[in-house]
Parts: sequence; structure tokens; C-alpha cells
Amino acid sequence: MMGGIDIIVLIATLMAASTPVLLAATGELVAEKSGVLNLGVEGMMIMGAVGGFAVATATGSPVLGFAAGAVAGALLALLFAVLTQIFLSNQVATGLALTLFGLGLSALIGKGYEGVRPPPTAKLEFGPLADIPVLGPILFSHDWVVYASLVLVALTWAVLKYTRAGLILRAVGESHDAAHALGYRVVAVRFAALAYGGALAGMGGAYLSLVRVPQWTEGMTAGAGWIALAIVVFASWRAERVLIGAYLFGGITALQLQLQAAGYAIPVHLLSMAPYVITIIVLVILSAAHRHGVAAAPAALGRSFHASN
Amino acid sequence: MTGNMLLEIAGLTKAYPGVVANDGVGFSVGPGEVHALLGENGAGKSTLVKMIYGLVKPDSGTMHLMGAPYTPAEPRAARASGVAMVFQHFSLFEALNVAENVALGMENPPPMGQLSARIREISAAYGLPLDPARLVGDLSAGERQRVEIIRCLLQDPKLLIMDEPTSVLTPQEVDILFNTLRKLSAEGTAILYISHKLEEIRSLCDRATILRGGKVVATCTPREKSARELAELMVGGEFTATDRAGRTLGHTIFEVKGLDLPPMSQFGPALKQVSLQLRAGEVLGIGGVAGNGQEELLATLSGERVSASGTVLLHGQDIATLGPNERRRLGLQAAPEERLGHAAVPDMSLTENTLLTGTVRRPLTRKGFLDMKAAKLFAEEIIRVFDVRTPGPHVAARALSGGNLQKYVIGREVLQYPEVLIVNQPTWGVDAAAAAAIRQALLDLAGKGAAVIVISQDLDELMEIADQFCALNEGRLSAPRPTEGLSIDEIGLMLGGAHGMQEVAV
Amino acid sequence: MITLIKRPTPSKGWSYATPVVAVLATMVAGGLLFAALGKNPVEAIRVIFWDPLFGANAAYFRSQLLVKAAPLILIASGLAVGFRAGIWNIGAEGQYIIGAICGAAVALSVYPAESAWLFPAMVIAGALGGLLWGMIPALLKTLFGTSEILVSLMLVYVAQNLLAYVAFGPLKNPQGYGFPGSRNLQQYPSAHNPELIAGTGAHWGVMAAIVAVIALYILMHRHIAGFRIRVAGEAPRAARFAGVVPARLVVFCLGLSGALAGLAGLFEVSGPSGQITDSFNAGYGFTAIIVAFLGRLHPLGILLAGLLMALTYIGGDMAQLILQLPAAAIQVFQGMLLFFLLGFDVLTNYRIRIGGARA
Repeated sequence: MMGGIDIIVLIATLMAASTPVLLAATGELVAEKSGVLNLGVEGMMIMGAVGGFAVATATGSPVLGFAAGAVAGALLALLFAVLTQIFLSNQVATGLALTLFGLGLSALIGKGYEGVRPPPTAKLEFGPLADIPVLGPILFSHDWVVYASLVLVALTWAVLKYTRAGLILRAVGESHDAAHALGYRVVAVRFAALAYGGALAGMGGAYLSLVRVPQWTEGMTAGAGWIALAIVVFASWRAERVLIGAYLFGGITALQLQLQAAGYAIPVHLLSMAPYVITIIVLVILSAAHRHGVAAAPAALGRSFHASN
Repeated sequence: MTGNMLLEIAGLTKAYPGVVANDGVGFSVGPGEVHALLGENGAGKSTLVKMIYGLVKPDSGTMHLMGAPYTPAEPRAARASGVAMVFQHFSLFEALNVAENVALGMENPPPMGQLSARIREISAAYGLPLDPARLVGDLSAGERQRVEIIRCLLQDPKLLIMDEPTSVLTPQEVDILFNTLRKLSAEGTAILYISHKLEEIRSLCDRATILRGGKVVATCTPREKSARELAELMVGGEFTATDRAGRTLGHTIFEVKGLDLPPMSQFGPALKQVSLQLRAGEVLGIGGVAGNGQEELLATLSGERVSASGTVLLHGQDIATLGPNERRRLGLQAAPEERLGHAAVPDMSLTENTLLTGTVRRPLTRKGFLDMKAAKLFAEEIIRVFDVRTPGPHVAARALSGGNLQKYVIGREVLQYPEVLIVNQPTWGVDAAAAAAIRQALLDLAGKGAAVIVISQDLDELMEIADQFCALNEGRLSAPRPTEGLSIDEIGLMLGGAHGMQEVAV
Repeated sequence: MITLIKRPTPSKGWSYATPVVAVLATMVAGGLLFAALGKNPVEAIRVIFWDPLFGANAAYFRSQLLVKAAPLILIASGLAVGFRAGIWNIGAEGQYIIGAICGAAVALSVYPAESAWLFPAMVIAGALGGLLWGMIPALLKTLFGTSEILVSLMLVYVAQNLLAYVAFGPLKNPQGYGFPGSRNLQQYPSAHNPELIAGTGAHWGVMAAIVAVIALYILMHRHIAGFRIRVAGEAPRAARFAGVVPARLVVFCLGLSGALAGLAGLFEVSGPSGQITDSFNAGYGFTAIIVAFLGRLHPLGILLAGLLMALTYIGGDMAQLILQLPAAAIQVFQGMLLFFLLGFDVLTNYRIRIGGARA
């Protein structure tokens, strides 16, 4: 205990608090590595939140809920893909549209679910492991999604770094013209990357409505999607650093919640600003550090591709 | 001829809206033959090789590879059939390393460790040393080309297509490349060599197919023809030489002293202690291989990038910290290399594009408010004087062909009667007639007493119009040499010889 | 097989036609949505788009039209300048909130003193507040290269929390019986932004919006500065070549759009809304993004798009009352409109060829 803050509980909470943005940021990382900037993460997350919630309460199965969340996010991402990759619309504007549309549609779908409690997602049983002092509560006290998200980050990292599929994806993100000249299907690769990104964002959203909160409220993502975008920048487009970024952010959120609970005399609204303010500060520090160094962003990020002949 | 030919093409046609790029093209390449595809920009060479490489599908016509019908649906299929291609604008990824780049161009690459070993082995065998672990972005243009060549060689191609391979090489590097190509040819690999450089073709190629306006106009043995004959076949008419007579040099009006500039992009070069002097009426040619600081130099001289005060002087006045429009007011104009997106805005009309650089020395605005009538008149003047082929000034810049847009850009700057004009690659990708017109316009401007800097990778062009020659190499500018009496070998050494080839006996 | 073929010159005709086509397509898709919600689609479309203008209570609704359209047009005019230049201020909602807080704070700090100078001072405070809030992403971008998209958006959440904080704290009405929210400025004559022409809904914000549209037209289509802004968005390198200093452009665009959003907030808090509450902001800052695009970033277009979007708000409210259509349906409707617009936009620069393109 330090000043009313329990460090062990803080770290354990942090892992759960980070999971939504960790998933969303990992997905967005893959999309951006393929050269597409999808600013619609917020919209995909909230569609995942409501889609996951609806299916989980209807079927009583949180697992089906997460699957539905992933599908909802991926569907929205495919809409984005059709617009930006086939109709060559501006990626920034389309991403914004995706977010506005997702927020509206989720509110519409979610009307009947307010105040409903979703089926609980059980924590995994590790038996005696959970009783280990310090490590037990930190490492062995979570539900399956927390572990699944870590596995997904590791998988994403390994695929990007070591496999041919990952190499092609990075190549498309670096120069779509060169990739096209070598005969790779730029648009197909980007569709796949966007769908994966959407699925992970949707799962992250579902984790919010099914586990973190757990209920459905309108606009419940509250900027988590945007923070996921910031984390990708923070991570300099590297999967292992996404984990650090997401946990850092989760730590701030968890700490802020604990400070509120501990009854410090700081107005609630000022504390609630903290995650956003700190995200800005971190972004500034990083961009300042990268200013004169190596630009880490994929070279073709945000540019439209049209095979002109 | 049938039977023993490697590649046979007959009646190949490809049309795009408004233009027939290839019209019934036919020719053949034998095993081990070095076959030249010769033609002006826009003659249809690129479309033709894209069809052979599976990037573009022909509308009609047939191709046979080793006697069997050949219809590659995509580049992978072409590669699988034994056709490989080295691109003019490289198909490389700067942020990836050499081995990864090579792997991306192969169908079934071995694991990275083995691949790296193979790269070392092959590159040493052909005298093209490469380190598989280096980032491509850090390599020189010549080294990047080696990556492409190695990538092709690893797949044992039967036919190697090379699209304008020497435009990024120093003369010494060209010699090394030709040795490699002759070795490959001796081993039985056929080479389809695309170029518009006549001397190269005469020294390297066994046969040549000449394209003009999308059609085959002649097939010949280039060694039996003079360069002039080839040129006339290619252009389809008499060649006009530029007239550089009648200039007198005045006193020094433009000066650069000890100019430094940090890199503008991640893989770009820095400018290091660049100095030069220019007299009224003088044409200074700056040669160099692409990526050695040409863009950076133009940006600093035009005012897009400012530099430390005292490093750039016009009429003795320090202009190093002034922006482009202040420099224009003082009489310095520039035309960058990239026509679309830098020298002109692609989606804007030719009228609007005059406003990009013309508002300072031409009355195109009144108190900052646009005078579109005046702009239109200026655009029409450029179109008329520089013979820009376009339906009118309302047409978007992107709709013009490369040569016409280049004439427009040069015309826009020249018709503002600058005292100093700096141009980068004024005739890159421009057909011969337009190129001659542009060169003549630059000479005429100098004849009226302006100082002109021509940055170009085309050494013949520089020898033709420049009085003095400097080489730009890794951001350093050599001391000037009079172009008269300068030999190609001397120029090659000024350009840095063969980059990164110290370990190989040249 | 559908193939896109790039047009040599962008089509003027399609650039005017796409917003209209997008609106029609949205009506069809929206009708399907309403049908899926169990409503009569024709009736829903009529209630939203026809009745407010020509129905029984049209006189009242027409005045509401200007009230809702003014902030949208004011904000979108500012955003359009930045969007043209490729500078993405998506935090107008935050600048709108801060403008309202600053303007209201000026009034509340001197309450109940009456002075003719008070309202002008509030206007300046509101514009300045929005401008400074917009300066944060601008300076961070110019000094450190931080993405203005992410920073301006993050600042919306910061502003929202700040709004709640002042509504519950510093600006809370001491005579409000403990309810959150400030004094009502409508009951403070010097600070009130009244309806200027009875029955039209036209308050000072409407005047400001009209001025903004005219000024935007002159800047973007008649002046060399606007030309350079357009170049910066279409070809950044050409803009540098034309003498644009990117840092100055960022500061100008974010400052201008921030100030206009701040003004919109001030006119709203001192007029139609009347007080600072934690739910004061109604999403105008985000809807204005749709307005800016729907209006093709052109002043006249923005004027029409702002009115249309205001109509969907009013019609949406009516549909909620009469047809029990959920409020969120209108949000979906607006989102769809933007999608269709962005999708159809391809026709401006490309021709579509169906079949036979690949032999």
C-alpha cells in the first residue's frame, strides 16, 4: 500500500484495463503496416462492444459474444476497405465517417440493452498458482481474453517479423507501387489487414461491454479507439512496443480510478482528463524524439493506390 | 526463324483511352541474344515490356516463349516461365534490407540465412558486391540496381528485361554492368535491353527493334548503323542541333559559398560545403547520379529550404534566408525535376498553375486578389511561345504528356525573364523534339544575359549546352571544368567512379 | 469486372452532382433502415425532410433551422480551410466547448453588472478561447511534429471533462439549488444573444455564419492566400515551391477553425442554450465535419449542407416525437450520408467502366 494505492491490485487491474486498447492497437498496427490509416478504430470498437453485448446476452455465451464483436468490427473495417481501396476515398475523412457512423449505429442497436447485465466471463482457474504471493494476483487472476490478447500480440509480432506473409504486408505498406510491380495484390493484402484490424478492435470493444464495465452504455468507448491510434504512433509501428504503450496507458487509467476510489481531494472530472492529457504528452515526447531520427511510419501510410495501367 | 527463337511476339496491340500504345508489334529474341528495344519516350516500349512481364494484358496478338504459347496473367507467372525484369523506377523497398528485397522478388525463397549466403555468392561471381543485411534506403542508385539484378539472377532467368538501366549509373558503373550482361549472354541468358541511348546500344546489342508511335519501324543490327541513322529511325525525321553561339559572359551575378544542408528525408543525402559561381550569360551544368543531392541543391537555391546566411548571394546580396517568392522578386527562378506535384499541381488547370510561381514578376494579382484573366493570358502566352500541345489553358496539368508539361513549366519560368534560372532534369522523359526545344530555350535565355544552372543526369545534354561542368557526388560539388575537351572518362571519375566497388578491380 | 479509369481532367459536373446523388442515396438507404426499424419509410422521410419546412408547424421549425444551422456553418467554414490544406482539425467540438466556457466565464465574472461592452467582450473571449485551444495541436505539430488529428481529438475529451468540472464547480449557479450548471445568460440582458429578427431564429451567430461564408469565399476563391492553401492540400511540395511555409499554414488553419468554433460555442451558450451544463455540447463540432465535406469544402456548398444537416436534426426530433424513431437513427443517417458522399466522389476523378476492361 502506498498512499491508499495497492500496487499489486493496481498491476492486476492494469492488465485488464489495458486489454481493450491493446487489442485495438495491435489490429490497427497491422492495418497501418499495410499502408492504410484507419481512423475509424473508435467506431469499430463501439460496434464490437454493442455487437458482442447483443450476441452474448442473446446466447448466454460470452465466447460467442467476443466472436460477434470481432465480426462486427471486421464488417465495419471492410466497409472502410471498400471505400478507400476500391472507391479511393480519402482515408482520413472515411475513418472519421466510420467513427461517426459506428457511434450512431451502436446507439441505435444498443437501445434495448441499457441496464441489462451480460453473462459473466469467468476468470481462468490456475489452482495453487493463483495463491503465489505478488505474482499470483498479478499473473494468474485474469479471464481468458487477457491471455488471448497477449497471445495475439505475440503472434502478430512473429508473423510480421518472421513470415513471408508478414514480409509481403510490410512491403505493401512501404511502397504499393513496387509491390504491385512485383505482382503482389496490394488491394487484397490491404483488405485482409484492415479486416484483421477491425476484428481486433471489435474484440477490444466487446471486452469493454462484456468484462470491463460490464454493461452497455451509449458512447462507452469514450475515446479508447483514438488512444489505440496514439499507441501505434507511440510504439513506432512495432508490435512489442504496442504492448508497452497499452500497459502504460492501462496503468494510468487504473491509477486514476484508484485515486478516485481512494478519495483524494482532486475533482473527479480533472482526474478523468488524465489519460487523455498523458496520451498527448507521450505523443509529444515521442514525436520530438523521432523528429531528427528514423521515421518509423510505413512509407505508403495513408496514400491511395490505383494501378494506373 | 521459328523453332530456335526464345521469345516470339506477333501482332501485339494495346490501346488506352485516347492512345494506341502498341499497334501490331512483332519481333523475336534468340537464346543468349542481347536485343535492344529502341524508341523515344512515348513510343510504347514500357507498355510492350509490361505485357511481356505480365503487368498489362494485350488487347490482341500472340507471344510464344520457347515455342509454347505464353500468356502471363501476372508477374509471378512470367517469373515462373523464366522471364525476369529490372525496372527503370526501381521496384525496391527502402525500409527493408537487401535480403528481404530479394526474397520479395522470388517465388519460393530459401530461408533468410541461406538466401543471404546465395546473395553474397552470386553477387561476387558477377562482380556486383552486395551486403545482404544493409537497408536498401542506404544504398546508392547503382547499388540498388545491383539488388534488382541479383534478384533476377537468383532465379536463373532465360530472358532478362532491363528498362533504361544506365540512366542511374556513372560511366564506370556502366562498363561494369556491360561486362556482367556480356557474361550472362555468353552463358545463354537472353537480354531485352530498353534504351534511347544510341552509343550504348551500338556497343552492347546484337540486334535492335526500333519503335515509333507504338509501331515497329525497323529491325537492324545496330553495329552496322551509325548513331545518326539510328536516331533518325527513332525520331522519324531530321535531327536539329541546338545553337549555342552568340553569347558573351558578363560578371559574376550568382554565388554559393560553403553551403551545408542536413538531409531532407530519412534516406536523403546532406549537402556539404557546396560552392559555385555563375556569370551573366553562362550555363553551368551539374552532373551526377540520381540521389546525390540534386533535389536538395535545387530546393536550397530556389528558396524552398533556407540555409545559413551568407551562403547564397545574388548580385552580392545575401538571399540565403529568403523564401522562394522573395528570391523570384530579385530575379531567381527555378524548375524542379518532379513535374507533377512539385513544379505543377496535377489537378489544377494550366491557368491556375501560372499562379504557382508567376505572381511576383507578372501582374497576375492585384493587392493579393487573383486576376484570373491575366493568369489565363499568361498561360496562353506560354502555350503559344513554347508550343505546348493542349486543347487550352483550362486543361488540368495532369492531362498533359510529360514533354508538353515540361515545356509549360520551363516556359512559365523563362517567360518571367529571370536573371538566374535553375532547372533540374529539364528533359527527363521528354521526346527528342521537345527536348531540343527546351535546350534551345535555355540557351536563348542565357544569350539574353541570364545565368542558367542545369542539373541533369544526361551527360550528353550537359556537354551540349553547358559552358562549365561540375559533378555532384554524395552532396559534394566538384570544382568546375570547362566542358570543351572534357572526356567521358574524366567525367566518370568526377562523378565518383564506381560507387562501392573498391574491393573489385575496375 | 469494374474498372476505374482516371479522367484526364476532374469532372466539374460530377463534383456538383455527387452531393445531390449522395443525399438521394442516403434517403433510399435511410428509408431501408427506417423500414427495418418497423417504420413506414416514406412517412419517416416526409416527417424529417418535408414537414419541418412545409408542414403544419413549419413557421416554428423554420426559425429553428437557422438556430441549428448557424453553429454548423460557422464551424464548417473554419474546418474547410484546414481540410483544403490537408490539416485535419477534428477537435472542433472541444474548441466549441472552450469558446462557450470562456465567453460565459467573462459574463459570469461580472454578473450582474450591465454594460454594452459586455457582449463584445464575451465574443472576443469566446473566439480567443477556441483559438487558443486550437493552438495547442498547432504548436505541438509545428514544434514537435505531433499528429494534429490525435491531439485535437484528445483535447475534445479534455474539454468535455473541463466542461463538467466548471458546470459542477467554478461556474455553478450559486442560486441553483444545488443543480449543476451555470446561471442562465438569457436572463442577463447584457450577456444575452437575442433573436434579432422576431420569428426567424436569427441571432448574432447567424449573422456571424453569413459573414464567415462570404469571407471564406473571398479568401479561398479570390485571393492568392486561398490559392496557396488549396495548393498545400493538393500538392504539398508544390506549395513549398510557391512559397508556403508549412508551419505558418498549420498555425493559421488551426487558429482560424478554433476561433470560429469558439465563436459558435459562445453564441450558443449566450443564446439558444443559455447556460453552461455538463451536457451543453450537442456534437456540432463533429457534425460540422460532415457539413464541410458535404459542401465540398466550398462556401456555398457549406451553406446548403449546413441547412440540410440542421433539417435532419429538426426532422429527427420530430420523427422521435411522432414516430418514436430513436434519436440515434439520425446519427446513423448522417454517417451514411458522409459514406455515400466519399464513395460517389470517385466519379469526379475516375470514370467507371463495367466489363471488358481486362481482355
